[in-house]
Amino acid sequence: MSILILCDHENGQLSPVTLNAVSAASQIGGEMHLLVAGDQTGNVAKAAASIAGIAKVLVADDKSLENGLAENLAPLMQSLSGSYSHMMAAATTTGKNVMPRLAALLDVMQISDIIKIDDVNTFQRPIYAGNALSTVSSNEAIKVITVRGTAFEAVAAEGGNAAIEPVAGASDAGLSAYVKSELSSSERPELTSAPIVISGGRGMQDGANFAMLEKIADKLGAAVGASRAAVDAGFVPNDYQVGQTGKVVAPDLYVAVGISGAIQHLAGMKDSKVIVAINKDDEAPIFQVADYGLVADLFDAVPALEKELG
Amino acid sequence: MKVLVPVKRVIDYNVKVRVKADQSGVELANVKMAMNPFDEIAVEQALRLREAGTAEEVIAVSIGPAQNQETIRTALAMGADRGIHIEAPHDIEPLAVAKLLKAVVAQENPGIVLVGKQAIDDDCNQTGQMLAALLGWAQGTFASALEIAGDKAKVIREVDGGLEHIEINMPAIVTVDLRLNEPRYASLPNIMKAKKKPLDSLTAGDLGVDIAPRLSIVKVEEPTARAAGIKVGDVQELVSKLKNEAKVI
Repeated sequence: MSILILCDHENGQLSPVTLNAVSAASQIGGEMHLLVAGDQTGNVAKAAASIAGIAKVLVADDKSLENGLAENLAPLMQSLSGSYSHMMAAATTTGKNVMPRLAALLDVMQISDIIKIDDVNTFQRPIYAGNALSTVSSNEAIKVITVRGTAFEAVAAEGGNAAIEPVAGASDAGLSAYVKSELSSSERPELTSAPIVISGGRGMQDGANFAMLEKIADKLGAAVGASRAAVDAGFVPNDYQVGQTGKVVAPDLYVAVGISGAIQHLAGMKDSKVIVAINKDDEAPIFQVADYGLVADLFDAVPALEKELG
Repeated sequence: MKVLVPVKRVIDYNVKVRVKADQSGVELANVKMAMNPFDEIAVEQALRLREAGTAEEVIAVSIGPAQNQETIRTALAMGADRGIHIEAPHDIEPLAVAKLLKAVVAQENPGIVLVGKQAIDDDCNQTGQMLAALLGWAQGTFASALEIAGDKAKVIREVDGGLEHIEINMPAIVTVDLRLNEPRYASLPNIMKAKKKPLDSLTAGDLGVDIAPRLSIVKVEEPTARAAGIKVGDVQELVSKLKNEAKVI
């Protein structure tokens, strides 16, 4: 039995969520290989080879793979599938884009967003925005799986010394082309791996008011997130969104400010260790999941919180 | 150009789901059902393409039990031209759905398939990508903007880091995200008109597709509930609790 894990990377850096995907794979057992697909991926391959527990790093270096287009990446992964019992990726927008395409090419049913591994064939995954947990068993010859990163403790980024092996076979399917990205740049920690997240909702009233949350974030070393309502209202960009269809976070501390707590938002944050809710509506559903609730006008409470943190 | 829009019947997003006592699934009996919200956005986008003159016909297809015809009627009431219902079990898997849709594509020859990026019941996020693979078409997933010009489509995708612009060949599959548009409501006259629009019914057998499930459900259970929290009186108390009790700051 051996497992191929698709390495998530961005701007020449290995994404930390890859360490969580490897952690999930290690629970299944067997030899673990990482696939680094991209263009000029030398640094990522080196980082991948250092991850604890990896036996081999396959490097597909080709211009056609530069931007992770699923039309080019899925056939390459299909060509590598012969020697694997499991093919896995983190459930990032990259993994969610390519893995179902791969699964269909292999004529297997994918298992999405797993949060627990019972055995080599049996996995638990959330359904209905996490309001139910489904345990499914697969007899497919190859299990194609995406992994919810927050559900698995990251493995060590160092300590491994895997062989790096180039793989051929990449080509441009000629179906799609990358044009450009508009990426948010921030000095703050990345939302899905930050130890503390402070999120704002519709109650923030205006994008400019998020500056209040940013000040607190900078004092705590936190990332800033948002509810769908805040993103839909144009207060902040889409990559801030925490929820069923946005990002799933599970920090040590999650502070929800002016967020009512729709189930679609709770789906993205209710596995946080400690949840704080600040909302002026004491009936808001967010208080049902909060460890510490403060019923207050956020425009009084947030500046006071900033001051109190010193 | 024809636009094909698959629409799924799911538990309404406002309903709190209940797990069945025998752990075989969630309770569907006497629960309010509705069109998957992402599929509503796909229907709306298809209608806008027709209104802009890019598309001539919008076909809504739904796969599931007889009640799925109600979901098709909803799409018809929004403005879709006709419907196709494929009889199948409610819990049919995405791979089987993609195979059925491939067969419908072969019959209808649409220029684009617009589909929700995920269904809010199984949260799989697979069908569009699988259909694209089976057809050998390009895929524009998680779309927040779509512009069709001749044999190309420009898609802006919502990705983890922000937005990504891609250009894909037509015909294509586009899976739609929340911010692509705001779906219209069906007016009463349109709901009445929808009752007279054509709706064909097929079975998986008619299309020659094997829809046997590949995964078996071992059990479905409730997640562990969070322990009840407390209300704090003011910001000072909050910070003190976070420092001394929870020890997270």
